[in-house]
Amino acid sequence: MILQVKDLITRFYSVDGVVYALNGVNFALNAGETLAVVGESGSGKSVTMMSLLGLIPQPPGKIEGGQAFLFENDKPQDLLKLSERQVRRVRGGQIGFIFQDPISSLNPTMTIGKQIAESMIEHLSLSQSDARKRTVDLLKEVGIADADRRFDSYPHEFSGGMRQRVMIAIAVACQPRIVIADEPTTALDVTVQAQIIELIQRLQKQLGIAVIWITHDLAVVASMADRVLVMYGGTVVEDALVEDLFDNPQHPYTIGLLKAIPGATGLGEERLESIEGSPPDLLRELTSCPFAPRCQFVFDQCWAKLPPLISVTKHHRAACFYDVENEIPRKEVEHG
Amino acid sequence: MAVAQQPVSLGDDEYEEQGAWQRLAYIGRLLRRDRGGMIGSVLFVLIVLTAMFAPVIAPHDPLKQNLRAAKQPPAWTEEGTWEYPLGTDNLGRDMFSRIIYGTRVSLTVGFFGVLIACMLGLISGLVAGYRGGTIDNVLMSIINLFLAIPYLVIVVVIASILGRSLFIVILIFGITDSPLFARVTRGEVLRIRQSGYVESARSAGASNFRIQFDHILPNLIGPLITLATFEMSAMIFYEAGLGFLGLSVPPSVPSWGNMLAQGRKYLDIYPWIAIYPGIAIAITALSFNLLGDWLRDVLDPRLRRSR
Amino acid sequence: MADNNVLVRVKNLKKFFPIKQGVIFNRQTIQVKAVNDVSFEIKQGETLSLVGESGCGKSTTGRAVLQLHKPTSGQVLYEDQDLTTLSEGELRALRPKIQMIFQDSIASLNPRHSVRKIIGEPLVIHNVGTAKTIHNRVVELMELVGLNPKWMKRFPHEFSGGQRQRINIARALALNPSFVVCDEPISALDVSIQAQVVNLLKDLQQQLGLTYLFIAHDLSMVQYLSDRVAVMYLGKVMELADKRTLFSDPLHPYTQSLMSAVPLPQPKLERKRKRIILQGEVPSPSNAPSGCVFHTRCPLAIDRCTTDVPEYRQIHLGHSVACHLVDDQQSSIIPTRLNSK
Ligand SMILES: Nc1ncnc2c1ncn2[C@@H]1O[C@H](COP(=O)(O)OP(=O)(O)O)[C@@H](O)[C@H]1O
Ligand SMILES: Nc1ncnc2c1ncn2[C@@H]1O[C@H](COP(=O)(O)OP(=O)(O)O)[C@@H](O)[C@H]1O
Ligand code: SF4
Ligand code: SF4
Ligand SMILES: [Mg+2]
Ligand SMILES: [Mg+2]
Repeated sequence: MILQVKDLITRFYSVDGVVYALNGVNFALNAGETLAVVGESGSGKSVTMMSLLGLIPQPPGKIEGGQAFLFENDKPQDLLKLSERQVRRVRGGQIGFIFQDPISSLNPTMTIGKQIAESMIEHLSLSQSDARKRTVDLLKEVGIADADRRFDSYPHEFSGGMRQRVMIAIAVACQPRIVIADEPTTALDVTVQAQIIELIQRLQKQLGIAVIWITHDLAVVASMADRVLVMYGGTVVEDALVEDLFDNPQHPYTIGLLKAIPGATGLGEERLESIEGSPPDLLRELTSCPFAPRCQFVFDQCWAKLPPLISVTKHHRAACFYDVENEIPRKEVEHG
Repeated sequence: MAVAQQPVSLGDDEYEEQGAWQRLAYIGRLLRRDRGGMIGSVLFVLIVLTAMFAPVIAPHDPLKQNLRAAKQPPAWTEEGTWEYPLGTDNLGRDMFSRIIYGTRVSLTVGFFGVLIACMLGLISGLVAGYRGGTIDNVLMSIINLFLAIPYLVIVVVIASILGRSLFIVILIFGITDSPLFARVTRGEVLRIRQSGYVESARSAGASNFRIQFDHILPNLIGPLITLATFEMSAMIFYEAGLGFLGLSVPPSVPSWGNMLAQGRKYLDIYPWIAIYPGIAIAITALSFNLLGDWLRDVLDPRLRRSR
Repeated sequence: MADNNVLVRVKNLKKFFPIKQGVIFNRQTIQVKAVNDVSFEIKQGETLSLVGESGCGKSTTGRAVLQLHKPTSGQVLYEDQDLTTLSEGELRALRPKIQMIFQDSIASLNPRHSVRKIIGEPLVIHNVGTAKTIHNRVVELMELVGLNPKWMKRFPHEFSGGQRQRINIARALALNPSFVVCDEPISALDVSIQAQVVNLLKDLQQQLGLTYLFIAHDLSMVQYLSDRVAVMYLGKVMELADKRTLFSDPLHPYTQSLMSAVPLPQPKLERKRKRIILQGEVPSPSNAPSGCVFHTRCPLAIDRCTTDVPEYRQIHLGHSVACHLVDDQQSSIIPTRLNSK
């Protein structure tokens, strides 16, 4: 285990009222694995990762509780307690990140070579010329043809897919142990998405990085994840190995989501099943199961309190009071 | 790095109609988050109230001379009295009352000047932006020509030719400032014309008239009000400048510019005669600018949810 | 043309956008060939899907069909009436029958109009009924698309993405159209909401006998909604077939790669699957490759592909392809060749 997040609570104090964005997020990341985080937009995927990286705009945002331990030689270090400077050392150093929209995370006035070399000089204390050499190698590695010349190009001279490759190069430049990719392929075409997935998987194997891959597309998850977190209403509702999640989903939301995606059932002659209703209103504090208004299995306990993550098997947890398979309420043994 | 804003989704619950009070409360909350906007709008309200209730607030007739009490210093200096809180000018007129009445002149010039500029600019900008082609080219050439001439120079030239009257000052400001409004309007029209909802209206069969009045015009209000606020502040400034040069309203009228001009002669001995109108101008300009900054953010519906 | 079942017939449609390049001196106009010779038919009551990566000209095709862009050349026959020859006024009178649902659900709703005004606007434009009947119709439409009529006075920004797309749908249906172009109506929505909207569109089609041109950028959702599918690349149709044929026996290398690029939501299958990953990205339509426009990325390209434009022709009844390798006898060879690579 190299990262453990416990009961993370983040809120935004906006004009419309308090946005209860994260309501106790729990998960762990093992070395070298690919952890996919899925959920609809607004479910808190980005806010979770930004909270870890110290990127929440404050105000209006505020991290109101929880811990996020980054383990180094089994020594835990709480990311949420670090100073601004210490966080910056972690960000881009031990944890690399890739965002959905590469153009807004690249500096438009600086050549991309410089942007990559910069972070190497800062985090790895390399010399100018070493950094340049490493950068060119890295650009080649992420599939940018003519890397030597492209070193001096500006971000706008690249296409969307190429920019995302540059972002990947920056993310892995300082040999991080973790790379967080926030919907890195959502803005790209399917054929380019396939290229990018392949690239990240190859780099991950080569460098032994753990990857947190945020997406709203369950099909992408199936193709590349080891383990999956399903998020809903600012909470983790299911945490399972990828095969278990697809073969044996436990949370009613996951079950519904799997039925709603195309292609799961072969040639789509029949109707897709949809989850009726809308995602929860985050302007209210969660006091019950966030899925209750849309859940077909809802019963009185669901309204009484927020369900905790309950272990189903050793590597499978779901935040639901109901055992859908056996049609009985679940015995509530909280995880450790 | 921006976080995508997700609208807070609606439940199936009863929808409460937003009453006037809720809206006011919302504006109040918006104001509380932005100190500049808060200060700007409070000052703005105070200034407008001052202009409206000038006769009630002012302790003296601003025109009444009292040579025996001339050049009295402000109340908090040793020789000052509370009879004349801000002292008197060289003719013994009460500074405080004159400054209060001066608000009326400044606001009148600002308001009507901007109104004229906005009307002219709106019409020409709308036509240029919406029709495009030759009309657009011709109108934009004229506008750019206007904008290329140093503004104050034309104003001074025209004012010195046409003579001193409030009406003429307003007219000059209105006309010379209209190209700016035209340019902003045109830019917005070009943007809105490309927007999805105009395309959607067109695909529903809407006429050009309908698109201009129902879709483009309402969406121009925000940017134009913002610009108007800034331009009012500029006009108030320029009016004072003209007054200082002796080119604005007749010298008998208590305007801040005229007061500045009078005070200039006594700057070394009786500095308050020039300083107080100067401060009034600065505060008014500041409040309008702060308000404009805040309005620019608030009136943009794209930003509304994210604040 | 005898086939009375055909509602919309598009023939050799072209839409080029002239764009100016260069500064002051040596200024030149180049043509962005957004839609370059596209033909298809849509039968009464069916859904034809138009699929392809972004920038390949799908939206432009949809707009040109509805005359929201004047086509550069070609014909669009709606009930045997050529829309490209109609005057502004004649088109406006026809608008109620041909409608469009736009891709960007928030941009296509005027932020300063209430939902009632947005949905009722087409009725007002075409002078249908009094204030009271319009109000009733708006209530009816909101119920039809699954929106609570109580929300009538709200503004677009107060709705979620899925709800906004429902508003767009209600508006498009206000005048009882018979033909609706749906431009990626679900691309921006969450998965669970996509299913809701697809189901809604399907139900409405059955209830109201609508004919759809459905635009999408990948093949995954298309199978639930379409009868036939056309695959576009750089302004041209590469392959067109009925849904079953296209999914079970895709002939064009691009169709095959596009299918292969969509990940399957089945981890075990996905681990074993050999995927065709196309290299590079779509070239710019202002500078399209010579010969077959796909040759720069095609894994099977042969010499001829760089020079000769492949003919878009019918291989079997209702299955047309534009590729040199597809010969009616050889057609079955292609998938095997591509997969064994
Ligand atoms: N700066 C902000 N101000 C107010 N609310 C925010 C802000 N950033 C995020 N939120 C809210 O937090 C919630 C979770 O957002 P996010 O983590 O971005 O969702 P996603 O799962 O799509 O990445 C959303 O309801 C969003 O509106
Ligand atoms: N109004 C326009 N002017 C110039 N080029 C345009 C215009 N509209 C679209 N294009 C170009 O035409 C091509 C096809 O665009 P579009 O039809 O929107 O593609 P799609 O909908 O398949 O993503 C793109 O390269 C785009 O840049
Ligand atoms: S806890 Fe209750 S409401 Fe929530 S998902 Fe489980 S059964 Fe449904
Ligand atoms: S014509 Fe040639 S390049 Fe084009 S798709 Fe067929 S094989 Fe590939
Ligand atoms: Mg996000
Ligand atoms: Mg499009």
